[in-house]
Amino acid sequence: MSVSVRIPTPLRKLTGGADEVTIDGANVGEVIENLEAAHPGLKERLCDDNGEIRRFVNVYVNDEDVRFMDGRGTALKDGDEVSIVPAIAGGR
Amino acid sequence: MNIVRALKCRECGQEYDIQPTHVCEFCFGPLEVVYDYEKLDGYFTRELIESRPQTMWRYKELLPIEGEPSVGAQNGFTPLVRAKNLEKALGVSELYIKNDSVCYPTLSFKDRVVSVALSKAVEFGFKTVACASTGNLAGSVAANAAAAGLESYVFIPHDLEQGKVLGAGIFGTRIIGIKGKYDDVNRLCSEVAGKYGWAFVNVNVRPFYAEGSKSLGYEMMEQLGWKAPKHVVVPMASGSLCTKVHKSIKEFIKLGLIEDNGTAVYGAQATGCSPIAKSVKDGTDLIHPVIADTVAKSLAIGNPADGFYANRVINETGGWAEDVSDQEVIDAMKLLAETEGIFAETAGGVTLGCAKKMIESGKLPRDESIVLCITGNGLKTQEAVLDAINKPRIIDASLKDFDALAEADGFQAAA
Repeated sequence: MSVSVRIPTPLRKLTGGADEVTIDGANVGEVIENLEAAHPGLKERLCDDNGEIRRFVNVYVNDEDVRFMDGRGTALKDGDEVSIVPAIAGGR
Repeated sequence: MNIVRALKCRECGQEYDIQPTHVCEFCFGPLEVVYDYEKLDGYFTRELIESRPQTMWRYKELLPIEGEPSVGAQNGFTPLVRAKNLEKALGVSELYIKNDSVCYPTLSFKDRVVSVALSKAVEFGFKTVACASTGNLAGSVAANAAAAGLESYVFIPHDLEQGKVLGAGIFGTRIIGIKGKYDDVNRLCSEVAGKYGWAFVNVNVRPFYAEGSKSLGYEMMEQLGWKAPKHVVVPMASGSLCTKVHKSIKEFIKLGLIEDNGTAVYGAQATGCSPIAKSVKDGTDLIHPVIADTVAKSLAIGNPADGFYANRVINETGGWAEDVSDQEVIDAMKLLAETEGIFAETAGGVTLGCAKKMIESGKLPRDESIVLCITGNGLKTQEAVLDAINKPRIIDASLKDFDALAEADGFQAAA
C-alpha cells in the first residue's frame, strides 16, 4: 500500500523541506512507523510516549479525521491521501 | 510583586519564556501561563485585596502582566446578585447571578480578558491589536484599544447581530466581516496573525488573554464572603471560561484565601452548537467539531479550542454539561429578566436554560449554593427576543382610554 502524506510547515525541517512524501503502510500506524524510518524524529512529534497520536495533531485520511475512524488502525488503500495538520489553538 | 514564571505547554510540559506565542513548537499543544505561587506566601491576603479599588485588578498578582495595567484599569468587579425571585421560580434554596452583563466598558466579560491581553500587548511593544470574534470580543477590543490609543482590526462573521456590529464599529475600529462561520474567521486570523505581526488577543496573545477570565471567579468568591459556591454554571464557546473559573478556585484554595468547598463546574451550550456538552453526555473526551447553528451566536464555536480541557474540568469536579434549544434560550432570557431585572444576551439564556434543565433532572441539587455566570448584555442581541416580548399597547393621550385599559387589566382607581 503506497500513500501520499502531506507534511505541515513546522515539520518540513524533518523531511528535507518536502511538503509531501510517499510512504508504504497498510494502516495509519504503519505509515507513522515508516515515516519515522524515512525521516527520524517525526514520530515523537506526532505521537506521545504511549504511541497515541498527540491531542493537538490531527491526522486525516482523505479529509476524514482518523480519531473518528479507527485511529492508528485506520486501514489505507493505494493512492489514499494522508494529511497531518496541527490543530490551531485559538478562539474566544 | 511579579510571580509569573513562564509559558508552559499543557500537553508535553515544555516551558517557554514569556513571549507573544500560543502553541508549543514541539507538540502543537496550547501554552498556558504558570506562576510561582509560593512567592505570595504571607503577602497576598484578603486584607490586601479588600484594601484595593473595586476592579478586576485587585487580584493583579494572579494576572500575567508586569506592574500596573496600561489598558482597562477600571474593568471588572461586577455585581454578584442573590436571585431570590429566581430561586422561587426554579425551586432552589441558594442561587446567585454573577452579572457580567454590566461589565465595564462594553457590557460583557470580554472586558476582563481584553484588558489583560492589551496591557500585555503594550508591554510587548505592539501598536496594532486584533481579534477573531463572535461580537462581544470585537466590541471590547475596539473600545479598549481606542481608549489606549492602539490601532485595531476586528474580524467577525458577516451575519452577526446589529448590536454587536454597531457595538464595535462605533469605536472607529477597522471591522472586517468574513463570509463564513466563526471557525472560518478564526482560521483566517491564525494566518493573518502569522503574517502581519499584530497582537491577536485570542491567537498569539491567547495565553495571557485567557487568564483574564479568572478575575470573574476571584470576584465571585470574594463576593460570596471568601467562599466558593458548591456549584457554578458557565456558558461554553471555546470552553476557556469553564477552565479558567476552575483555575481561579484552585488558586484561591492554594493561596489559603478560601476553603476547598468541592465546587463542581457545569457547562452550558446551545443545542445547535454543543460539541463539548455532547462529549460530556457521551462519556468521551473526544470533541467532534460541528457546524454551528444557534440563536446564541456568541457561543457558536463549532471547533472549540479548549473543549478537551473543559470536558476534563467538568468530569474531574463532578459537574455536568447540558444544552438547550433556541426556544429554551429565549424563554430563559425572559425568565431572568422578569424575575431578576437582568437583561442578559442569548448566552445568558443558554446558561440559565441549562441550569433549569439540570435542576429539573437532578444534576444540580436544589439545596446547595449555585452561581450562574451571565457574561453578556441583552441589548446587543435584541433580534433574538423581538417577537417574544410584549409590544406597547397604543392609546390616545386620554384618561378615559387608559381607564378602560386599566380596568381590563383588573386595576381599580385609588379611592
